[in-house]
Amino acid sequence: MAAPLLELTNVSTHFHSPAGRVRAVDGVSVSLEAGQTLGLVGESGSGKSVLARTIMGLLPSYAEIPEGSAITFDGQNLLTMDRKARRAISGPGIGMIFQDPMTSLNPVMKIGQQVYEGMRHHFGTSKAAGRQRAIELLTEVGIPQPDVRIDQFPHQLSGGMRQRVAIAIALACEPKLLIADEPTTALDVTVQSGILDLLQREQRDRGMTLILITHDLGVVAGRCDQVAVMYAGGIVETGSTRSLFARTRMRYTQALLDSIPRLDRPPHERLKSIGGRPPNLITPPPGCRFAPRCAFSDAQCESAIPPMQADEADATHSFACWHPRDPEQTAEEVA
Amino acid sequence: MRYVLKRVRRLVVVIFAVTLFTFLLVNVLPGDVAYDIAGQDASEEEVQAIRADLGLDRPVMVRYVEWLGDFVQGDWGRSFRTDEPVVEAILSRFPVSLELMLVAQVFALILAVPFGIIAAYRAGRTTDRAIATAGFMSLSIPSFMAAILLILIVSLNLGWLPTSEYEPLSEGLWANLRAFILPALAIAMAEWVILMRVLRADMIGVLQQDYISLARAKGLPVWHVILRHALKPASFSMITVLGLQIGNLVGGSIIIESIFALPGVGRLLINAIYARDFIVVQGVVVFIAFAYVMVNFIVDLLYAVLDPRIRTERADG
Repeated sequence: MAAPLLELTNVSTHFHSPAGRVRAVDGVSVSLEAGQTLGLVGESGSGKSVLARTIMGLLPSYAEIPEGSAITFDGQNLLTMDRKARRAISGPGIGMIFQDPMTSLNPVMKIGQQVYEGMRHHFGTSKAAGRQRAIELLTEVGIPQPDVRIDQFPHQLSGGMRQRVAIAIALACEPKLLIADEPTTALDVTVQSGILDLLQREQRDRGMTLILITHDLGVVAGRCDQVAVMYAGGIVETGSTRSLFARTRMRYTQALLDSIPRLDRPPHERLKSIGGRPPNLITPPPGCRFAPRCAFSDAQCESAIPPMQADEADATHSFACWHPRDPEQTAEEVA
Repeated sequence: MRYVLKRVRRLVVVIFAVTLFTFLLVNVLPGDVAYDIAGQDASEEEVQAIRADLGLDRPVMVRYVEWLGDFVQGDWGRSFRTDEPVVEAILSRFPVSLELMLVAQVFALILAVPFGIIAAYRAGRTTDRAIATAGFMSLSIPSFMAAILLILIVSLNLGWLPTSEYEPLSEGLWANLRAFILPALAIAMAEWVILMRVLRADMIGVLQQDYISLARAKGLPVWHVILRHALKPASFSMITVLGLQIGNLVGGSIIIESIFALPGVGRLLINAIYARDFIVVQGVVVFIAFAYVMVNFIVDLLYAVLDPRIRTERADG
């Protein structure tokens, strides 16, 4: 087995706030092989975006990454390298797509320049060649009339088109790893699957590694090789997509799955939701972070943090739960 | 086009209001130009004769309507005192005020832009606080005080520049420019701080935008991200303030022009007020109002150059 392209070891990200230290990401370990797609799933505030920004080196000045965290990309530790070497990785090494294309493109810069300036910086591409490549990229991501669009400004494009431009920007430097942070959350439902299909196609054609961040397990199901479920800053269950959906162990993952509306349910049935709110990350609960909202929690859950343990049937599938769900049981029986 | 017409209409209203108001105000001042022309030893009869000659004995509203009538036809009148046509008096002094304004704003921007960027980039840190402290010290010195301090230090103690010798441009660029350095600095010392603070505030907001994160995610160096991505969208408020400052200065700076003996519009105005030379005061006031409205009009056009979103809005409407 080849060395993973990206390996996070015990990564934490803390924010200093007037109320205290916010543990936005708390001891995350995950590894991803080249060419694979990882779905990173969690509710709002679970730390998925902060984790993406931590990998990308885009944290604000009041953030702190505690000792003992390591992010290894292509054999190099991103957290210990000097700033110039780190910048050389952003673009050709790791690219990123942000959640809201309405705010992630520069409103006063022409689209073409936003696409090719990365190439110009990293590869010294000439302006003419950069323009040519930008037109090719815009064509590739499905922008009509790319030779016209290249000289337009972001406000002249629709949200879906802007996200396609953002993808073209990220692809411009041929990154080995692409992080897409909820790339469809801010878009109309009608264009969401188009964007996801585009990402999937690019990932396959380029043999790129992809981290797809989403709050929607449904998005992950058909598109990812591997899934990691985040809750309150930590990964609570991870494994191959097949195993995770077929043999869901962690109660939180199951609760997320149960809250997806399904066509095969009788009409007008009450939609399930997870009661309560994610915990305060300044003073998290001492035991399992999900215990206060979990129907199966007991005294042990509330006092001790469950360790990650491997599933009996699949060693790559692991979860952190004191009372894991019996994988042979169907969802109906749990409910 | 409709936009320009709207502007012109506003200009007409502003000039009408401003001229009427100054006409009435100057009239309230004790004494008039007749005393000044007649001299100290003149008898009351002589003064009255001069007043009748100039038409000053008629009611103020009559004189205003008469002035307005001439003005609309392009006749700004002649100075009561020197008989110089008002238009010529203003136009001959305007280049001096304009040059003073330009040099002052260039100094202000040279200080404001880099310090505003650094302060925003290091917001809340020691560097930011040091720049803020230096800025407020610079701002709190009144311009006449700054002028005197600059003359004292730069001219008298160090002997680097002359105190006050205005040379026309025909004497050479350096000879001409040299006289403007100290007065422009005295003005810029207050102006740059305001520009810097406004730029800093906008820049802090812009640096938190997603598109700045995206620019950084491309692996671009910090200076590139700031200068190419952040500076333009962060400079709108600064351009507005710059426009107001230019509007203020384009009609001359009375205090600075007086201290440095620069023959600008400001000095023309203050001398005309001392002499109760109404017709010159009127002319200068109209000129300043006109300049002010024009400068703000140009600033509005400048927004469209900086922000493509405004361009489209205007094309649509």
